[in-house]
Amino acid sequence: MANMSLKRNEMPTQDAKIRATNFCEVALGYSEETAIDEALRCLNCKNAPCVSGCPVNIHIPEFIEKVKQGDFEGAYQVIYKSSSLPAVCGRVCPQEKQCESKCIRGIKGESVGIGRLERFVADWHNAHTIENIEKPLSNGKKVAVIGSGPSGLTCAGELAKKGYEVTVFEALHTAGGVLVYGIPEFRLPKAIVQKEVDALKALGVDLQTNVVVGKTITIAELFDEGYKAVFIGSGAGLPRFMGIEGESLNGVYSANEFLTRNNLMKAYMDGSDTPIFKAKHTVVVGGGNVAMDAARTAKRLGSKVTIVYRRTEKELPARLEEVHHAKEEGINFAMLTNPVKINGNQNGWVESIVCDKMELSEPDESGRARPVKIPNSEFKITADCVIMSIGTSPNPLIKDTTDGLEVNKYGGIVVTEETALTSLKGVYAGGDAVTGAATVISAMGAGKTAAKSIDEYLKNV
Amino acid sequence: MYKIASKKVLNSFVTQMEIEAPLVAKKAQAGQFIILRVDENGERIPLTVAGFDRKKGLVKIIFQIVGATTNKLNQKNAGEFIADFVGPLGNPTKVEGLKRVCVIGGGVGCAIALPVAEKLHNMGCEVDSIIGFRNSDLLILEDEFKAVSDNLVVTTDDGSYGLKGNVTMPLKEALSNGKQYDEIITVGPLVMMKFVVLTAKEYNVPVTVSMNPIMIDGTGMCGGCRLTVGGKIKFACVDGPDFDGYQIDFDEAMKRGTTYRDFERHAYEENCNLFKKEVK
Repeated sequence: MANMSLKRNEMPTQDAKIRATNFCEVALGYSEETAIDEALRCLNCKNAPCVSGCPVNIHIPEFIEKVKQGDFEGAYQVIYKSSSLPAVCGRVCPQEKQCESKCIRGIKGESVGIGRLERFVADWHNAHTIENIEKPLSNGKKVAVIGSGPSGLTCAGELAKKGYEVTVFEALHTAGGVLVYGIPEFRLPKAIVQKEVDALKALGVDLQTNVVVGKTITIAELFDEGYKAVFIGSGAGLPRFMGIEGESLNGVYSANEFLTRNNLMKAYMDGSDTPIFKAKHTVVVGGGNVAMDAARTAKRLGSKVTIVYRRTEKELPARLEEVHHAKEEGINFAMLTNPVKINGNQNGWVESIVCDKMELSEPDESGRARPVKIPNSEFKITADCVIMSIGTSPNPLIKDTTDGLEVNKYGGIVVTEETALTSLKGVYAGGDAVTGAATVISAMGAGKTAAKSIDEYLKNV
Repeated sequence: MYKIASKKVLNSFVTQMEIEAPLVAKKAQAGQFIILRVDENGERIPLTVAGFDRKKGLVKIIFQIVGATTNKLNQKNAGEFIADFVGPLGNPTKVEGLKRVCVIGGGVGCAIALPVAEKLHNMGCEVDSIIGFRNSDLLILEDEFKAVSDNLVVTTDDGSYGLKGNVTMPLKEALSNGKQYDEIITVGPLVMMKFVVLTAKEYNVPVTVSMNPIMIDGTGMCGGCRLTVGGKIKFACVDGPDFDGYQIDFDEAMKRGTTYRDFERHAYEENCNLFKKEVK
């Protein structure tokens, strides 16, 4: 019998006061009973609008039907046909902008908790099913994958399953890309990422850390070494700064640096040699998921935290759930606020940040309302740490060392969307290296597309 | 894991190691750097390449024991392993077309200046080298510099060896005597490089400086190594580490270098105490 409750089942979480002092996962996941109850809210619509909202077109009603029946492994198999990282995507996808935004139940009431169900199914599978991964028979064709983030992991996995001999080159010392250096433990436990990486290894993928393609080895040299195709999934690249006075003061971080110190280098843990500045008041500039992650990390390190964003809360690009969680954890939101200058003390440390008050006017080219400065509205926030989280620009290392690789005016690698093929024969690309900062799921989708194209290309080589 | 092929104590604060890293050795050039991690809990630290043997697959590093990580590294011996070693990162020092160059190294910076001097010497460039140290106990690489320099001047702050004073004295003397250089290339403490630039400026000689700020990934991802160069933000790891000395905001770089001073001092002392316990 369908569950006609207008409200979805709430996600159990760690108490906000307690979790704001630890790095354990915030959301605890549905129980079997809650998952079935939530699944019963799904009307199994014939035209399944939710599927069109999913970047990789997971057969959503089909997996939810299996959950209703208590066939959780069956549900997992449905998702796995379309997504190779369900435990990750169930946690980090902006579902409210994707599948859930199309849910019929969302018209009058709350949409079905599709993301929560995906996560439940993936976690259930991980807890109950012993995977028996066997290395497929090799077809003898070597493929190089650059970067071990969501697009690289997906591309490598798909190709390995088809028998290709895949080598993944990772610049850092740990595989996982942004899943490891960027997204904090409290939102995506690293054990989940490690499980995905281990599964790849079981498929026979050779993972080489500490190799910076473009420096340690070039794409041309990879072909010389016998690789028949290359996938570039090197990620978003260089952090942007605002270009305002004071951005080089001590205590100013890019969100990438702040998060890398914590997540990859584990600066929050005793025993880590990597230092992190524990501030009294941290101001995070920006409104995306990365800004939320940085703010909540600073909070857990004991700082008072304020997020400043130049538009209103409605325009925040972050996942709704992250905004809710951040608020529950006591993070201040200063909306319609834009920094103009950072003041320092005589030792070169941040003392305060000067901001303008903003108001919204007509939409700009991105379709979002353009923030404009209110004259003479300048005010000062006392702070000893500022974290810039205003996006990234593409990394030049591969572009600069690869002749003929076409990039757009923003530095993103140019590809044919349907095939992920770049301007070079045998070279494919996907994820943030192509699109600029986007989502895990779209990067994963691109990795999958590329794997399919590479397979078609190499079948005939 | 990367094997330490050899270890040599250059003085009580400075150690040289050769690390087995064939991929890095194959590509490394003078002026580039590597990033290493000693063990699983280790910090990532950048060290400039002090030499390489492409055939044997070895990369030479020379480091000063200044903090917990370099102390930990120094406790390792030949035959032991370090967790990570990645590179070569950054851009090689530009030497094309140079005919007469003054290479100036300060302290452990001499280790980085040496491969540049070597490269210049091997391409037939006239090389004058000035290497400076606090005192004679800290002197390193004198013979190596002698072998690749047309003229070599050694200075010590206290006069315990060579010329008493700092590296800018002999530089100023040479320039005021009409010595012509296409370029001055300098590697050493920020304050030394700052004064080399100020001295050279008076005579309009271009200066290339090698910057060594705090870094994490070394690929441009974190932006921790940013410097203000000609009023713009540059990342030492992808835009450098060499920059036009005239354009660098040294005072800012010096302040940024102190970000973790308290943390480092604390970590270093803790590490020393642990080590002392082990020795007991």
